[in-house]
Amino acid sequence: MTPQDQSRATTAEILSDYTSGAHRGLVVDSPPGAGKTTLVVSTSIELVKADERLMIVAQTNEQVDDLVDKLASNAPGIDIGRLHAEGFEPPDRVTRHPGVTLHNKIENVENCQVVVATADKWAYISGRSWPWAIVDEAYQMRSDKLLAVASLFADGHALFVGDPGQLDPFSVIESDRWTGMAWDPLQSAVAVTQRTNNLKVHQLPVSWRLPASAAPVVSRAFYPAAGFSPGTAPGERRLELPVRGLPGPWDPTIEEATASGWALHELPDRHTVRTDPDVAHACAALARRILDRGAIAHDEHGSHPITPDRIAIGCAHNDQVAAVRAANPPPGVTIDTANRLQGREYDITLVWHPLSGRRDATAFHLESGRLCVLTSRHRHACIVVARAGIADLLDHHPSSPRMQLNVPIKFPDGWAANHTILAHLDQHRIQP
Amino acid sequence: MSLLRSFLTVRAVREGRAQPAATVRHAHLSAEPLVFIPLRLAGEAAAPLAAMVGTGRADARLLGVANPRSRDQRFTFMAELAEIIVPYIQKYAAQVEISDTKSAYERCLDAPQILVPNPGGLAFIRLIGRSTRFRATEGPHAVAPQVPLLGRWLTFLHERSEFAGSAMLLAMTDLLAEHWVTGLSGPENVNLAGQLAWIDPPDGMTGQDAALIAEDPLRSPPAGPDTDPGFDRHVLKPLIDAPSPARLHEALRGQLEPTWELMWRAVDLLRAVPDADSAEGRWERDRTALARQNTWIAEGGLPPGRWDSAVAAARRLAGLEGAQQSYEASKAFDDPLVMAEHRAEGAAFTGRVITVDADRKIIPPGKKRLVARPLVTIGTSDPVRFAPGKKLLSPARPKQGTVLVSVDADIVTLQINSGMTKDATLPSPGEVVCYTELDPAGGRRPALPDVTETPWTHGGPPPEYVPTDEDAQEAWS
Repeated sequence: MTPQDQSRATTAEILSDYTSGAHRGLVVDSPPGAGKTTLVVSTSIELVKADERLMIVAQTNEQVDDLVDKLASNAPGIDIGRLHAEGFEPPDRVTRHPGVTLHNKIENVENCQVVVATADKWAYISGRSWPWAIVDEAYQMRSDKLLAVASLFADGHALFVGDPGQLDPFSVIESDRWTGMAWDPLQSAVAVTQRTNNLKVHQLPVSWRLPASAAPVVSRAFYPAAGFSPGTAPGERRLELPVRGLPGPWDPTIEEATASGWALHELPDRHTVRTDPDVAHACAALARRILDRGAIAHDEHGSHPITPDRIAIGCAHNDQVAAVRAANPPPGVTIDTANRLQGREYDITLVWHPLSGRRDATAFHLESGRLCVLTSRHRHACIVVARAGIADLLDHHPSSPRMQLNVPIKFPDGWAANHTILAHLDQHRIQP
Repeated sequence: MSLLRSFLTVRAVREGRAQPAATVRHAHLSAEPLVFIPLRLAGEAAAPLAAMVGTGRADARLLGVANPRSRDQRFTFMAELAEIIVPYIQKYAAQVEISDTKSAYERCLDAPQILVPNPGGLAFIRLIGRSTRFRATEGPHAVAPQVPLLGRWLTFLHERSEFAGSAMLLAMTDLLAEHWVTGLSGPENVNLAGQLAWIDPPDGMTGQDAALIAEDPLRSPPAGPDTDPGFDRHVLKPLIDAPSPARLHEALRGQLEPTWELMWRAVDLLRAVPDADSAEGRWERDRTALARQNTWIAEGGLPPGRWDSAVAAARRLAGLEGAQQSYEASKAFDDPLVMAEHRAEGAAFTGRVITVDADRKIIPPGKKRLVARPLVTIGTSDPVRFAPGKKLLSPARPKQGTVLVSVDADIVTLQINSGMTKDATLPSPGEVVCYTELDPAGGRRPALPDVTETPWTHGGPPPEYVPTDEDAQEAWS
């Protein structure tokens, strides 16, 4: 069975399972770039065809706008309501569709066949209900946010869609008051629903984003329980560098990445401040060299030159983002933290390794979701920039979190996932 | 640790003295705080050994337990403690006023303030609250009627103390660390004696030297709730094995009195710092919470159970997050030194106004009429990390909503969107202004469903809560 057939069969199965109405809730686990949005769009179209009313909950305005745009482009006939906060300025990609009604009051959009809004906006709606609901990015949604909106579809059927490998939701409050409770409000929406209901879980089997060089290692490191395969065969995606290389610290790394899909640009072992100027400089300079060498990407859709908007530099902290921005990166390149890169896709990504130059490996820096986001945004190649010595650092800080009663064990373990990725990068190490 | 606090730590070490981390005191300080220093028996979670408690330096009451392993003696101790603490709280809870706001509510005229030495003391208060609030006052193992009441009030104070900015129950080392940065590491900084040695060393001594001496357990016995193992072995054990109430009393006094002195010295140091502007408003929220709890107890409400329901947990988390956000912002608005911490992290910037276009009028997107939207340009040398579109506020004009238009090298352009009423002023050229993403008002939070309407995603409505003896047990006991 080709990846296309495999993926189509799974989607059909999920669709019929959900629309049969036999479950009040279903969970769909979607690895990076596995066609989550496509699934949401085809489910919506199916329900609208059957003359049903649907609400969609996403987490950020950006996600809502992306979804509305995709939905309206794929099915221009559908009547879509985009509910938003007062004073929100919708982007052109939403306003250009004549079938989309935008308003900040539910009265003006509730009669649309599909109503889309952020969880924060839905939380202010009451006294209404929908027979069908899709909760998108449900693993990034906090349990208390779901509690605020679940009454709207409690008598209907809900589809929870999301990527279990990415970052867990976050709170400024550190409390173990609720640790171990099934409805701990600090968990994700899926975690709480699964602990109290044990819903059926489907899994999308193919990553269309990750190349054949990345899917197996990302799958092994971050999705040990249920793996996935790449949508393209080895060699189907290729990078070409038309401009000849120069001696210097950057080109060997770029050539390794274009040849194999991975490179570890390893700087000398040193304990540094969090905003290590050498790493910041290397990230910016490598991005510039990729553009200078006129990189061209060949894939299943044809060929295109790699422009700055197809490159991202990912960091763990905001001050690292600021340090890279100050290191004179090429204009137009995306530079952001892992949290904000979730759900985004590029041709080439450069990663500031979260453990680079550190003296300790804290839970924050070991979190598997962070490394998973950073190493799974690319369609062609991923270049990791780091100080040497991370493997030793990991061995000196074996992961030993406090044992808590009634807390389900989390997979994957961040410590092990870090080692898996590092062992893979070891084969692509370039020391300038 | 923030960049500024790291810098202050290094400076404290260089100068041999703690450095101020605040120019004003962010916590309300009561005129009559109750200092409470509990000690417990080593190896027991909640077996009180002794306590020193009182509302004035000269008014120390020493309570002790001759045999801490005896449950009966434990609850006799609790009854004695209740005789001191419950009237102290009830005195404040009894005096209420009605607010003159649109929807009137009750609040107390003043509130109690209990000071314990360190976070360990807070945790111990939670445990004794838990072990006493469910006790029966009749039948087998009956306790004095004041004991469950003590448990309910201590539980209330502990739960309330988790809200940032609440001041009815405070740990002294937390309070000091908020206002001074010492050269000690995090774990060392919960040693009250060491911390005070850095903040206020004796004449002619550096903080380092003073702290070394202060850390000697013979000179400054631990501030509780855990005792010095040397004391346990050589003094306490012989006195429990061969009881001698008078000698035990004196031994416990010797363990507690040095900390008692330190606590009042710390109170004096804090009193010398002027009040922050917003501290009064936070104290008012404490006074309101006290009145609500008093009504709840008076009307026969149940003590809180061991576990929060899904709705209660979510509601509490929202409250905690709101309080945290608003406290951090208010602190920065009240105190330029706290704002400096945010400036160093890129969450605020200060600069000089270059130009003001006060007459600028635009038609906002989606609107039809021209409205005033003045533009202000500011020159700054701070690192500005905000993206265009970010909403910013200024401590000098907290009611004026602004949005960042652009950042070009060291020139920031802001657009003023709201708060331009008649008596409001715009920034003027040459003025030094500060803008930040922090907002003391905190965000509006949506309502959560009623407990009886808990949706299936969170396990459905929970059964009605009936307190039982089991509620006092720990999960692992």
